[in-house]
Amino acid sequence: MDTSVVLSMKGINMTFPGVKALSDVSFSLRKGEIHALMGENGAGKSTLIKVLTGVHSMDSGEIRVDGISHPVINHSPEEAQKVGISTVYQEVNLCPNISVAENIFIGRHPRNVFGAVRWGEMNRRAELALGRVGLESVDVTKSLGDYSVAIQQMVAIARAVDFNCKVLILDEPTSSLDDKEVDKLFEVMRRLKEKGVGIIFVTHFLEQVYEVCDAITVLRNGELVGRFDVKDLPRVQLVAKMLGHEFDDLASIRVPEYEKKAHTDAPEIVRAIGLTHDGTIKPFDLDIHKGEVIGLTGLLGSGRSELARTLYGADQPDSGELYFKSRRLKANEPINAMKAGMAFLPEDRKEESIIGDLSIRENLVIALQAKTGVFKLLPIATQNELADKYIKALSIKAPSPETPINQLSGGNQQKVIIGRWLITNPEFLILDEPTRGIDVGTKTEIQKLVLKLAGEGMTIMFISSEIDEMLRTVNRLCVLRDGMKVGELSNVDLDRPRVMAAIAGGKLL
Amino acid sequence: MKKLHFKNIVRMQLFLPLFALCLMLLINVIITPSFFKVSIMNGVLYGYTIDIINRASELIILAVGMTLVVASSKGTDISVGAVSALSAAVCVRLLGSSYDAYAVPLAVAILAALGAGLLCGAFNGFLVAKLKIQPMVATLILFTAGRGIAQLISAREINGVMVPGQILYVRMEDYKRFGGFLPHVVIPTPVFIAIGFVLITWLLLNKTALSLYIKSVGINQKAGRLVGLNSTLIIFVCYMFCGVCSGLAGFISSSRIYSSDANNIGLNMELDAILAVALGGNSLGGGKFSIAGSVIGAITIQALTTGLYAMGVTADQLPVYKAIVVVLIVAIQSEEFKRWKSLYRIHKMAGKGVTE
Amino acid sequence: MKTNVLKKKLGGNGFLLSVTIGMFIAMYIVGLVLFQDQGFGTMQTFFNMLIDNAGLIIAAAGMTLVLIAGGIDISIGSVVGLVCMMLADLMENKCVSAPNAIAIVLLFGIVFGAAQGWLIAYLKLQPFIVTLAGMFFCRGLTAMISVEQIAIKNPTFLGIAQANIKSIVGATVNKRGKLLYPFVHPNVIIALVAIFAVWYICKYTKFGRSLFALGGNEQSALLMGINVRRTKFYTYVLNGFLAALAGLAFCLNTTSGFVEQARGFEMEAIASAVIGGTLLTGGVGTVVGTFFGVLIKATIETFIRCDGTLSSWWNKIVLSALLCFFIVLQSVFVIWKSKKKKA
Repeated sequence: MDTSVVLSMKGINMTFPGVKALSDVSFSLRKGEIHALMGENGAGKSTLIKVLTGVHSMDSGEIRVDGISHPVINHSPEEAQKVGISTVYQEVNLCPNISVAENIFIGRHPRNVFGAVRWGEMNRRAELALGRVGLESVDVTKSLGDYSVAIQQMVAIARAVDFNCKVLILDEPTSSLDDKEVDKLFEVMRRLKEKGVGIIFVTHFLEQVYEVCDAITVLRNGELVGRFDVKDLPRVQLVAKMLGHEFDDLASIRVPEYEKKAHTDAPEIVRAIGLTHDGTIKPFDLDIHKGEVIGLTGLLGSGRSELARTLYGADQPDSGELYFKSRRLKANEPINAMKAGMAFLPEDRKEESIIGDLSIRENLVIALQAKTGVFKLLPIATQNELADKYIKALSIKAPSPETPINQLSGGNQQKVIIGRWLITNPEFLILDEPTRGIDVGTKTEIQKLVLKLAGEGMTIMFISSEIDEMLRTVNRLCVLRDGMKVGELSNVDLDRPRVMAAIAGGKLL
Repeated sequence: MKKLHFKNIVRMQLFLPLFALCLMLLINVIITPSFFKVSIMNGVLYGYTIDIINRASELIILAVGMTLVVASSKGTDISVGAVSALSAAVCVRLLGSSYDAYAVPLAVAILAALGAGLLCGAFNGFLVAKLKIQPMVATLILFTAGRGIAQLISAREINGVMVPGQILYVRMEDYKRFGGFLPHVVIPTPVFIAIGFVLITWLLLNKTALSLYIKSVGINQKAGRLVGLNSTLIIFVCYMFCGVCSGLAGFISSSRIYSSDANNIGLNMELDAILAVALGGNSLGGGKFSIAGSVIGAITIQALTTGLYAMGVTADQLPVYKAIVVVLIVAIQSEEFKRWKSLYRIHKMAGKGVTE
Repeated sequence: MKTNVLKKKLGGNGFLLSVTIGMFIAMYIVGLVLFQDQGFGTMQTFFNMLIDNAGLIIAAAGMTLVLIAGGIDISIGSVVGLVCMMLADLMENKCVSAPNAIAIVLLFGIVFGAAQGWLIAYLKLQPFIVTLAGMFFCRGLTAMISVEQIAIKNPTFLGIAQANIKSIVGATVNKRGKLLYPFVHPNVIIALVAIFAVWYICKYTKFGRSLFALGGNEQSALLMGINVRRTKFYTYVLNGFLAALAGLAFCLNTTSGFVEQARGFEMEAIASAVIGGTLLTGGVGTVVGTFFGVLIKATIETFIRCDGTLSSWWNKIVLSALLCFFIVLQSVFVIWKSKKKKA
């Protein structure tokens, strides 16, 4: 193996029941290289990482690590650690109930001759480890859970770094960090780079890739698209490679008759004044007019979902007023919002939308049933009628309406959930990342549907981190950062550069 | 039309409970050849099978309540036995021990028993639904305190002092009817009560949206809330319902022995109820449920009990066998076991492939 | 910060632990005031609490371990009852010597714990269901050995049971002017050694620390390289051993075996742990707190006994009420803490 390469993976194949997750994928990492691993949801990024770290076992392929003469197969994260591969996961995988110091040393506590844990020594070494990532002010004896998620994330990194690893994998590490914290993280990464550590940086934040990475590997649908040096690959081409289309193709799906026009003359349907949610949204004002498609965008953690959830009543606002069709709405529980005429498609469909063992029909009618009331059961004939109608209208591919929803593909599941809300005939529909984790074909179907509904007069709030998707469907775009509205664009102003500028460092309104 | 393949039959919801019931009946017939013999003596039906269905009545009612608790909250209510004893104590204490008349109208006492059960259920429901305490732990409180409270209620005046911990008797003849026979009716009364109760429950669940709500909340509580369901209320109601079931079962038990015995009423019933639910094909992890399955499961457990008695096992020793059966059923139902089965199958097929 | 120092020294959550210790001291003072005339203030009263509850101390320590690891074991009451019956049966009916009988029951505890541990750790069944089945299994097994009470007459055993270990502290002078030393029995020594051992395991061994990680976040523990299955398994094995040891200590006090013995014991153990600050959700707990939890339970019993008017049924009810109070306190505390963090 070339001595400048610290990790090489060749011909990796991995199959889950019914799905080929990785198909002959290769990946190589040089010493002192910060290498981004990118791809849309379902591309195989996390599967590749899990194979490398021993969480899954691959069907075939070879992994080699610098300094080890034989091919490496890791059967557990423990083994991966021993071989020199450290991982920091997206969800902070530490234990909030024990101290910061102990979290860094779990599994390898410093011990004396009798095998007893040496607390003093452990605390001392923990402080050193934290110093390396710039966290000098943290009290290592306090419980980890007493600190914010951002600090917990840095502690996780300190732990990984303390292992003197050859390869450091950072899986979406910046999702819960603000700009200052991201800068600190990049500093740490550069320091490690100088020491010769190879870093695999899994992320979907394009800007960060261009700021700190040397190389990019793109995966799509379980296959390797290619390995590129960052300096040789402009953004547009990167996105094109990730999506598999040329960027401009998708513009052609616009429904021609629909015009992006301002709707300020239409009646106001939602007005929020000074609405806040503790810790995630600062006071915001928003008014939405009938028939508008309003988009919310910004980086993850900017408060988009929280804002939508506060409007709907999924989370309780801590202060502020909400008016729906000029009537004051005490946004307390979802059922009130529903009865007023709102509908909400959550971001995480597995956790918050899908009722797995129940049939498509039951998943479709549940919201309408809840609106109608417990004692007025919808007759089975009506249920079947509605189910058939919406399965057809949304082109949901399934053997029968009685099929359990968890047997459907992600895209079809999402369509069922959309159908669930459309059945309630809402006046205001909130869609939070409706196309995440869905194949491109279904994505375009859903975007077309949004435009059609808007054309028919429904007011829609559309939340997404894919800017191009938003640009295609909305006629007004709110940009959020750190829980605050930092920009609002409409009509002719809606173009990529302005949106990116607003997200990256927009001026306050 | 799906062909009636073996695979399709096995996957039917009610396959496991029916299979278990048939197995149990078969075993019983082997032990007692006259198992299926039914005759009429003294104007009422007699026979092993009649006895099983009779004694299963309380268990059926408890199992129905337990099914909803398991379905909606992924937990079990282990206080059902103690709450039965408590409700029985309330009822009997109110009725008094006179030979001539009840101290309060019978209807009032029965309602009081059900009400006591309801209150206990509400207590459990509050802890689980509102305070989000694990069901096992929350119901552990009444599991321990319930019989103690029942003992305190079962107090009789001895030498001018109210002494708790007594067995109180109801001396009115017609009290025995609920646990025994109504005049000129050959079928035991508890059977009627159980059937009636199951029917009412079924109507309540399926003629309203309750069944759908409970399933939804049990499978995905977050999703349930976002589609407008009040998960907290639904879970609370299920525990209250289970409490009422315990109250009704306690009443029937006390009628059988025309007394309240705080130590023995409902003893070990919690294990039986959980077994019945599991044997009925219901997952102890919540979600979809089948009342019919639990009813069949309850009858099967009673048949198991009868069979064990016929083999000479005493009441105190019964739990040993039931514990083993519970573990077996839960093990077979478990995800891990299914994984081992599929791994074994893949292993076998791989082996076959090599030799061919 | 006082609670921080306390927390570091003793482990566990400072706030909850101080509530527990505070409550015990308060109750004891109340007892001193109310029942002074019945000798509440003597050292022997305190020692009697320890003698009567030596078994509970050990069982509650084991329960603390299991709860910290995120599990639960409601079979220990039945195990204690079974162990007492086994000891009685082995020594009286099968003429086994006392040391051998003790060895056999301790071995049984380990085997039983291993069986439950295997089902929970490797077959991944819910701990509650497995230990519920275990509870009924052992209770039935006790009845299978004998339905009648067996009194232990084995002289070695009785010798151990009744040996007086005297303490100089707290000596009193009786009416005739003779110096009376308060005493404890060996079962208390066993309990104290056991509790010290469990404390040491929790604070200083790799195994003990893994329990906290496991109970805090099982997924994280797995990813950090802890062998979750093996750790869980050994937790229940250790707990099985401690349950058997608790049975031995219990039997040294009652010197008999009968079917209904130790019913509700598991609830007392859980209550002691919870009152002592062990979180039911796992990851937090300390045997020091549990020890005080047992003392609180013992104080309540002594109150009720001294009072004389309340029937002994009240013991279980008061303890259940206290458990309920602490469970509610815990969940309120957890909610308050998470709200504080967001701000």
